[in-house]
Amino acid sequence: MVYNGHQQHTITALVQDKPGVLARVASMFRRRGFNIVSLAVGNSEQPGLSRMTFVVNGDRDTVDQVTGQLGKLIDVVRISDLSDQETVARELALIKVETSPANRGEIVQLVNLFRAAIVDVGAKSMVIEITGEEDKINALANLLAPFGIKEMMRTGRVAMVRGQAEGRVSDSVGIGRRGDIMDRARVNYEGV
Amino acid sequence: MKLTGAEIVCESLLKEGVDVMFGLPGGAILPLYGALSRYPQLRHILCRHEQAAAMAADGYARATGRVGVCAATSGPGATNLVTGIASAHMDSVPIVAITGQVPRPAIGRDAFQECDVTGITLPITKHNYLVMDVADLAPAIKEAFYVARTGRPGPVLVDIPKDVLLGERAEFVWPEQVNIPGYNPPQDADREQVAVAARLINEAERPVILAGHGVLISHAYEELRQLAERAQIPVVTTLLGISAFPTDHYLHAGMPGMHGMAYASLAVDQADLVIALGMRFDDRVTGRLRDFAPRARIIHVDIDPSELHKNIKANAPVLGDLKCVLRQLLPLVERRVHMEWLRRVDSLRAEHPSLRIRDTEALLPQYVMQQLSELTDGKAIIVTGVGQHQMWAAQHYGFKEPNTLITSGGLGAMGFEVPAALGAKVGCPDRTVWSIAGDGGFQMTMCDLATAVESGINVKFAILNNGVLGMVRQWQEFFYNKDYCATVYSANPDFVKLAEAFGITGIRVKDKSQVAPAIQQAMAIPGPVVVDFVIKQDENVYPMIPAGESVGEMMEEPAPEGVQGIR
Repeated sequence: MVYNGHQQHTITALVQDKPGVLARVASMFRRRGFNIVSLAVGNSEQPGLSRMTFVVNGDRDTVDQVTGQLGKLIDVVRISDLSDQETVARELALIKVETSPANRGEIVQLVNLFRAAIVDVGAKSMVIEITGEEDKINALANLLAPFGIKEMMRTGRVAMVRGQAEGRVSDSVGIGRRGDIMDRARVNYEGV
Repeated sequence: MKLTGAEIVCESLLKEGVDVMFGLPGGAILPLYGALSRYPQLRHILCRHEQAAAMAADGYARATGRVGVCAATSGPGATNLVTGIASAHMDSVPIVAITGQVPRPAIGRDAFQECDVTGITLPITKHNYLVMDVADLAPAIKEAFYVARTGRPGPVLVDIPKDVLLGERAEFVWPEQVNIPGYNPPQDADREQVAVAARLINEAERPVILAGHGVLISHAYEELRQLAERAQIPVVTTLLGISAFPTDHYLHAGMPGMHGMAYASLAVDQADLVIALGMRFDDRVTGRLRDFAPRARIIHVDIDPSELHKNIKANAPVLGDLKCVLRQLLPLVERRVHMEWLRRVDSLRAEHPSLRIRDTEALLPQYVMQQLSELTDGKAIIVTGVGQHQMWAAQHYGFKEPNTLITSGGLGAMGFEVPAALGAKVGCPDRTVWSIAGDGGFQMTMCDLATAVESGINVKFAILNNGVLGMVRQWQEFFYNKDYCATVYSANPDFVKLAEAFGITGIRVKDKSQVAPAIQQAMAIPGPVVVDFVIKQDENVYPMIPAGESVGEMMEEPAPEGVQGIR
């Protein structure tokens, strides 16, 4: 996905669920001048480990630096760069939109078209829940904008490689692992 | 038997083989000191400032190759460690810093002497711990030492609340091993990568080895020499790589970069292959990145994967421990004699004699360093601060043995020379240790002369005293219209009297003829000595490649009037 002339990259990291791990990761991004587009954190399938999904802007070198610097954090167990992989990516958004008896029907139609859900209805507003890729959420938000969006909250992207992830080189990128060696220290055959 | 947290810390340090630590107590760390008196095997060296404790631990670690340990109390004690920790981080030095923290119930309440030192040190430590449970103490300390010394070494901080040190007791259980998922420092490199590197070396006509601190850290001194001799490759070293290769070896070709020898920078510039070993392409080495070694392919061996391709794109990156990699590489490298290239490097050395010292009656700092080198046979441990004196030491001291230059290279922290020299001497009591300072840096940490006296640490302190922040003055002369704003120290103390005030000998040297006798006298005195070499204010360090520029913009020493060809 291209954004502001830069490639957007999705990186996931399996991290130890310890106090301060988010601060360590955030501090590294800030200090190295990397830009986070979105960050989502939650429990993983393994007790004691959380999984983070980052979306970052930058060229290939920048993303390599991001994964390299992430890998140096002691609490980071494994990093996967999903950029060149077949992935499923989703984001969830809650959108509070102004409503009136006159336009409620039209909004409900839009919600149905997008297979979103209305999760709260008030006298002058309703809350819509939508899950999907960012483009889909952007599209609904654009269509709802004329009615007046009072509040919007987005989770940021979570992403996962399709199919069986185990055994993939890209899913075992951690300092010192073979996958890491091949990935981080790519031999640049140009001019060799 | 259940132990207090403080006792667990002491037991853990003993398990790690620690026999000395540097520190300064205060309220929150006091329980540890309460236990320390019952552990005479743990020598504690009382510093006069926590910055000195951190830097002494750094000097100790570099001189010995072991983990250095420092301790401080919460709040200001901890923040005073920060410069020393940052310096160790930039230079990949293994130290473990133990700090007291306010008691757990007080954390987050802005208690007296509370400060979030784990937060502050996030970006300047390899890792840090806030230990909130006495049962976690021993594993945290074991992990701290393991993380500090393995892989690319670095500082680790362990912050311990006062009530964890003093409160409930726990059984002391020393973990058998450390298991940090995802932390597996590389050893051997991938065979394909090594094969590509070997091919590039075998194909090269004008190869140069650029050796960095990694050679010393991984004890690859001997392997480096074998590689250089096997394929007859000239070796240049970074500032921190100095002493990784003997300066009197016929393949030694100096230090390149901002204040490196001209011939070393030119050799890198003309090379067709740069073999970068355990170094990180610092801007002081490369200058403008796009003009660095423009004719060369790059082999980059490092243990830290994030260093590969960070500043310079390598044609052949090799991830691994340098000693392992060189052992893998050596059998694949063909014996070669790059006669034409070696002649070329020799002629560069003749055309650009950066180390020639002007023939003058004046007392030149370069001459002081050269004399010190001769009188110590190039075998002393030289500990420098940052600035002109650091560069003169790097240029004019003939280092013959590994790990003999200890300097704050990456962070460039003035004031490093006094405490780091104390640490180096404590670690290597049988070595001659000289601290080389400028008058600026010396005044930052000279309070720790008291530590030298009190703990009987026999360091010789040389001050190249020009009464000015010399390197800053040099930049003002070259780049800021000779506007010498705020660089002249017009009220320096009398360093001889100062030494005497600390109860040690001070010697002042004003004439060239006194240099050698003063050095000999200092070394004959069985204890710390301060030698104050009074030099002129406007002596500059040459050559110089201005920041952000390249070898083409190098300034060499101007010839004195009426003399041709002397630089």
